[in-house]
Amino acid sequence: MFEQFKTRAEAVSAEVHRFATRAQALDFILDFLRSEGIADQPGAYALWADGSFAAALDRKRLAAQVPGLRFEITRDLAAGARAGISQVDWAVAQTGTLLVDATAVEQRLVSSLPPIHIALAETGRILPDMAAGLARFDPGRCAFLSAITGPSRTADIERVLTIGVHGPKRLIIVFIDEAGEADHQ
Amino acid sequence: MSSQFTQSIAEALRNPKLTGALGKFSEAYRGNRAQAYAGIDFEALRTLIAERKAYAASHLEALAAEFAANARARGAKVFRTGDPQQVREYVLNVAREKGARAIVKSKSMASEEIHLNPYLEKEGLSVSETDLGEWIVQLAGQRPSHMVLPAIHMTKEDVAGLFSKEINERLSSDIPRLVNVARQELRSRFLNADIGISGANIAVAETGSLVLVTNEGNARLVATLPNTHIAIVGIEKLVALFEDILPVLTALPRSATAQLLTSYVSIITGPAPNTDGTLKDLHIVLMDNRRSEMAEDPQFREALQCIRCASCLNVCPVFRLVGGHVFGKVYTGGIGTILTAWFDALKQSEDIQGLCIQCGNCREFCPGNIDIPGLILELRRRLVVEQGQSLVQKGIFAVVNNRRLFHTMLRAASLGQKPFVDGGFIRHLPLFLSTFTRDRSLPSIAPAPFRDTFRKIPQPRSEEKAALYAGCLIDFAYTEIGEAVVKILNRAGIEVVFPEGQTCCGAPARYSGAYEVAAQNSIDNIRALLEQDVKWVVTACPTCTVALKQEFIGTLESLGRHEALPEARRLADKAVDFSWLVKQLVDEGRLSFRDGEAPLPLTYHDSCHLKRTLHVSGEPRDLLRRAGHQIVEMFESDICCGMGGSYTLKLPEISAAILHRKLHNIEATGVSEVAADCPGCVMQIRGGCDKKGLAVRVKHTAERLAERLE
Ligand code: SF4
Repeated sequence: MFEQFKTRAEAVSAEVHRFATRAQALDFILDFLRSEGIADQPGAYALWADGSFAAALDRKRLAAQVPGLRFEITRDLAAGARAGISQVDWAVAQTGTLLVDATAVEQRLVSSLPPIHIALAETGRILPDMAAGLARFDPGRCAFLSAITGPSRTADIERVLTIGVHGPKRLIIVFIDEAGEADHQ
Repeated sequence: MSSQFTQSIAEALRNPKLTGALGKFSEAYRGNRAQAYAGIDFEALRTLIAERKAYAASHLEALAAEFAANARARGAKVFRTGDPQQVREYVLNVAREKGARAIVKSKSMASEEIHLNPYLEKEGLSVSETDLGEWIVQLAGQRPSHMVLPAIHMTKEDVAGLFSKEINERLSSDIPRLVNVARQELRSRFLNADIGISGANIAVAETGSLVLVTNEGNARLVATLPNTHIAIVGIEKLVALFEDILPVLTALPRSATAQLLTSYVSIITGPAPNTDGTLKDLHIVLMDNRRSEMAEDPQFREALQCIRCASCLNVCPVFRLVGGHVFGKVYTGGIGTILTAWFDALKQSEDIQGLCIQCGNCREFCPGNIDIPGLILELRRRLVVEQGQSLVQKGIFAVVNNRRLFHTMLRAASLGQKPFVDGGFIRHLPLFLSTFTRDRSLPSIAPAPFRDTFRKIPQPRSEEKAALYAGCLIDFAYTEIGEAVVKILNRAGIEVVFPEGQTCCGAPARYSGAYEVAAQNSIDNIRALLEQDVKWVVTACPTCTVALKQEFIGTLESLGRHEALPEARRLADKAVDFSWLVKQLVDEGRLSFRDGEAPLPLTYHDSCHLKRTLHVSGEPRDLLRRAGHQIVEMFESDICCGMGGSYTLKLPEISAAILHRKLHNIEATGVSEVAADCPGCVMQIRGGCDKKGLAVRVKHTAERLAERLE
């Protein structure tokens, strides 16, 4: 199902990566932030929202090592961030979609205001289709369910597809095979 | 038809910008959409959507109450009203209570419908549309021309001009750059807004959830950044169950923009936290504005199955030419005509309902499985009932039904005899023989009608009889098509009879909404055609076949003439289309054609009624191939040729523009032979080719087959 997800997500301009371990995924993210000049340039920073992956990190040490990485999230910070990092709950192979309970406002801020959104997902949490995806959520307990399929887009001017209107211009999806210890669901 | 309306059509047709993006989009749409639906059973999907939405439409009251209770239990404030003014006041009151100054909006047709923006602006509030297309239209001081693509009528240069003015900087028409300007400019408005207003694509009664579908991500921001969120929801958005989201979500992006899914789908159930830690002040306004009345109407209830995907606009041969603004109201295109008639007033649809050429294309694509052309016809009927028929029309229908007189008049007119030509009379004839000859030549009227020619064709005696129903065009203009049909049936050993009492099939009257006249046509024809005991009633005009098979029954039913129904059904059972019958005869080995020579390349035009109402499209192609033709398919072979009966008279410029596209597609095949199964299409396309000086021969399938009989 990973292959199908990747094909579908790339077809809508998402970038898809896959790593065996959390450590490798973290390396990739830090490298990426460095290469984008977000890790250690003055004024540039990324925000990392809560999730089981983030919880397992030594956030204090990481923040000290990488000055451009921040774990506290406010509206103003999100408005100025170059990238947002968050973890999603499920992925849907058929449409290349990410599903996340975004009731916590931080989840929405990091995935909608910064120009880059890095989404973390567990490879074992890819579901075949939207029917399976929606069935995992209880609207009685989730006030804001977000389904994300590729970066923000528009074709409102002369039907020319343009990426990145109000939301992220890049959506980078990082799959991790290693399962989380604390299940965040 | 108001002159203002005619004027707006003429302007739209002359506007190359419109045909630019819109035309290209609609040409590519069908293929892209088909790709998006790959692996999905569209018929099953739309049956499910129609069923779920129909259920909701017939339980609106209960579902609205259930939705309100559940959304309230989750902490939302729900306000339900039938009155648009109350919606506007409610929003204003919330704004006043909050001391709000700035509002950001994501796309909401419901708020367009009640003209919310100007109302709020008059009260001193700043309102920014944030959907890019909507914002462009707002800056231009216009209305959206398309439900999904609000600014499709504008060019990038137009947009550059608007944005330059807005940000006081000269901008080039580079699209990514323009999009970025919108991002920058609207971002600060998002961050500074006090209230976010959205619509909703689906409202779930079972859970009190709202579903918002966008590509740009603006609805997420509208629902997240301001502390207050007001969702204005037409009650037709209600569905009963959470699981009902799925079919709508499967169809909506595929039908709307040929996407598997939009970039963002948000499902909001009660208030979520704000960025300052408080809980969202979530208001949901359930707006009726005559939707409940619509739900009570046995015919129009169906229109509430609409999921606002706009495919009925995208596949409409008229919409692609004139765009949305000639519709003059908020909702455009086929479904827009219907919604305008209800949300505004029936009278408001008087002009725009005439835009529908009744080709039936939209019906094929509608994921809500709505008979859009059927409902437009019903509007027409109600308009005639409400306003009566003009005397001219009445006079015409009287003549049409007197076959000999009709023929004499047509013949006189075609020979240019006064007073028929300049008396104005001829322009109203349902035979489309107007003075309008700028874009297409007219057929000459046969010196003797087919009913007279027929008598001279000796008939084989047989137990197996077919009654030939000629219809106006074959009877009076194209008698050779009638002769070809008779020749082919005779060759299969069938005796053909021509019931003298047959008259006009009533299509012109019916399509003008004059059901009483159409009903009389039905009764006369039923009597005439069932007089002798025949196995089939054959027509070579699909519009007539549809009349015989379906519309006689429909017309009589809608007028409550139940006593006539059993006979109408008996006739319907016997009525067959020419190509369909001949295909049977060939398959049974009763007919064969000559081939062997080098196949003659030919392109085939699908007539609207044959393909979409009678579902016959493979049969004529198969027959033509057997008769030694090689079929070179033209682009959009099943898009209307612009004939549409009296449409050609009422909206000649649109009809001509559609015809020109057809001619263009024919030329592009490089083939000089055309076949069609409808004498009306033959007349339109042949006349067009002749005027344009194309060396193309257009013939009815029957003629092509008769030439090749073994
Ligand atoms: S009527 Fe059908 S095709 Fe038209 S917008 Fe509604 S759902 Fe779409």
